[in-house]
Amino acid sequence: MNKARWFYRIVLGVGLLYLYIPVAMVIAFSFNDLTGRKNVSWQGFTLRHWADPFKIPNLADSVVNSLTIGFLSALVSTVLGTMIALALVRYRFKGRASANLALFLPMASPEVVMGSSLLALFIVLGASRGYGTVLIAHILFNLSYAVVTVRARIVGFDRHLEEAAMDLYANEWQTFRRVTLPMIMPGVAAAFMLAFALSFDDFVITNFNSGSLQTFPVFVWGAAKRGVPPQVNVLGTMIFGVTVLAMVVYMVLSGRKIAAKK
Amino acid sequence: MSNQAASAAERRRRRVPYLLLAPGLIYLVIFYAVPMSQLVVTSLKEGSLERGYEFTGNIESYVDVFTTYLPQLRNSLLFAFSATVMGLLIAFPLAYAIAFHTGRWKNMFLLLLLMPFLVPFLLRTLAWKVILADQGLVVGGLKTLRILPESGRLLETGWAILAGLIYNYLAFMTLPIYVSLDKIDPALLEAANDLYANARTAFRKVTLPLAMPGVISGTLLTFIPAAGDYVNVELLGNPQKTMMGNVIQSKFLVVIDYPAAAAISFTLMALIVALVAIYVRRVGTEELLV
Repeated sequence: MNKARWFYRIVLGVGLLYLYIPVAMVIAFSFNDLTGRKNVSWQGFTLRHWADPFKIPNLADSVVNSLTIGFLSALVSTVLGTMIALALVRYRFKGRASANLALFLPMASPEVVMGSSLLALFIVLGASRGYGTVLIAHILFNLSYAVVTVRARIVGFDRHLEEAAMDLYANEWQTFRRVTLPMIMPGVAAAFMLAFALSFDDFVITNFNSGSLQTFPVFVWGAAKRGVPPQVNVLGTMIFGVTVLAMVVYMVLSGRKIAAKK
Repeated sequence: MSNQAASAAERRRRRVPYLLLAPGLIYLVIFYAVPMSQLVVTSLKEGSLERGYEFTGNIESYVDVFTTYLPQLRNSLLFAFSATVMGLLIAFPLAYAIAFHTGRWKNMFLLLLLMPFLVPFLLRTLAWKVILADQGLVVGGLKTLRILPESGRLLETGWAILAGLIYNYLAFMTLPIYVSLDKIDPALLEAANDLYANARTAFRKVTLPLAMPGVISGTLLTFIPAAGDYVNVELLGNPQKTMMGNVIQSKFLVVIDYPAAAAISFTLMALIVALVAIYVRRVGTEELLV
């Protein structure tokens, strides 16, 4: 028995070490006092990249683009996704299986295929690639994930509360607004955050449809050929820090709510 | 309430799911289904960027996929398959340990498992370039152990590509497996024990079958993106060992050849759909989605 416990401790330890070595590398190299262009070997500690993370103008613009595209695509995909999730869980209707399949296919498509097929469409339409086309693409790949996330939350939810509201003469909209939405809100919030994260980090689909627009990953890709500036590591570390914080706060808050309910 | 009013309300209620579905599904039709068909149309065209492309129903691009680009096709399937198998070997024990052996720290370990994937994808991949560098600890260690010859290196080899693929998609493998393991009712394992099954038999006859939905979604969620990947090859591999994704990317964005790119892209999609279909037969879409 004790031998088994040690075995699993080792599994966890080695697993976490494996997972975190690359993370440590990204963080460490944001403090690298490098002289040349290639930020690949350790040359000493400095804080100067942290003092001025937006020193490179294109980098700053690319981050702003990623943030706004992330926000807008998460917003649209979460709204559309929540509607679909409600329809799929609450109603039995003809065509439900095909709707499920239609949502599953984009998740089963490799990014290159989705990116290149959209590009094929934009080429035929003669649409110039840029902010709009990237936004369209991001809403597309976020949509299925938003549905799945919200749906997981609706599945386990007590319908009697809605029936009670209806019995008390609330109309459908009031019931949705006052009963349904507050209850599925954690799922909706999770879908929004997931969509934002997926959008912010997407490179492949964006690269096909961005034209000359630069998002953060597109900037990193371009820089990778010449040597990634340490400011990129600073921003990567910040993104990591902020999202970890958001995740912890979310978990603590939803944990507290569950505890309060009990 | 009169009968008429009731049936009007009923009719309205029947319309609700379609109204809720319509905007999202229309979006999917315009920006998923139409582009996919556009891919097929483009792949059957002939011409060049200067002269323009014309639809001729020419299937030569598809012949090329299975002749000229056969090495890339093979690489894609081989790398994706190896990354999936090796990812599973890493992810299963990890998911199992978190599900059954972390006690009240379960949520914390789950969080620790997911956190690395909040580091931007490209930076994560580039970090492997440093880890596997020629002067790095890993290469040095392998040379000391005589696993790697004195002049050997890892960067720009298939091993580096594999390392990147396995690492980048590990969360997609571990999380579904964890979810199905975590759902297992401990009473079932106790029952197996009561019926004189030893630990190994209980694992084989109870735990493993119940973990299968997670294993299947995990392997799919790794295989699919890995088969279409070109980022890991581009950043960690070398130009001699490319995958289908690299050809699609370069033919669409660098050396413009839309029909060829579209044919390769559609072939990749068709291969994956065929593969997924076999899986879906076994578990059903509903289970895969949740």
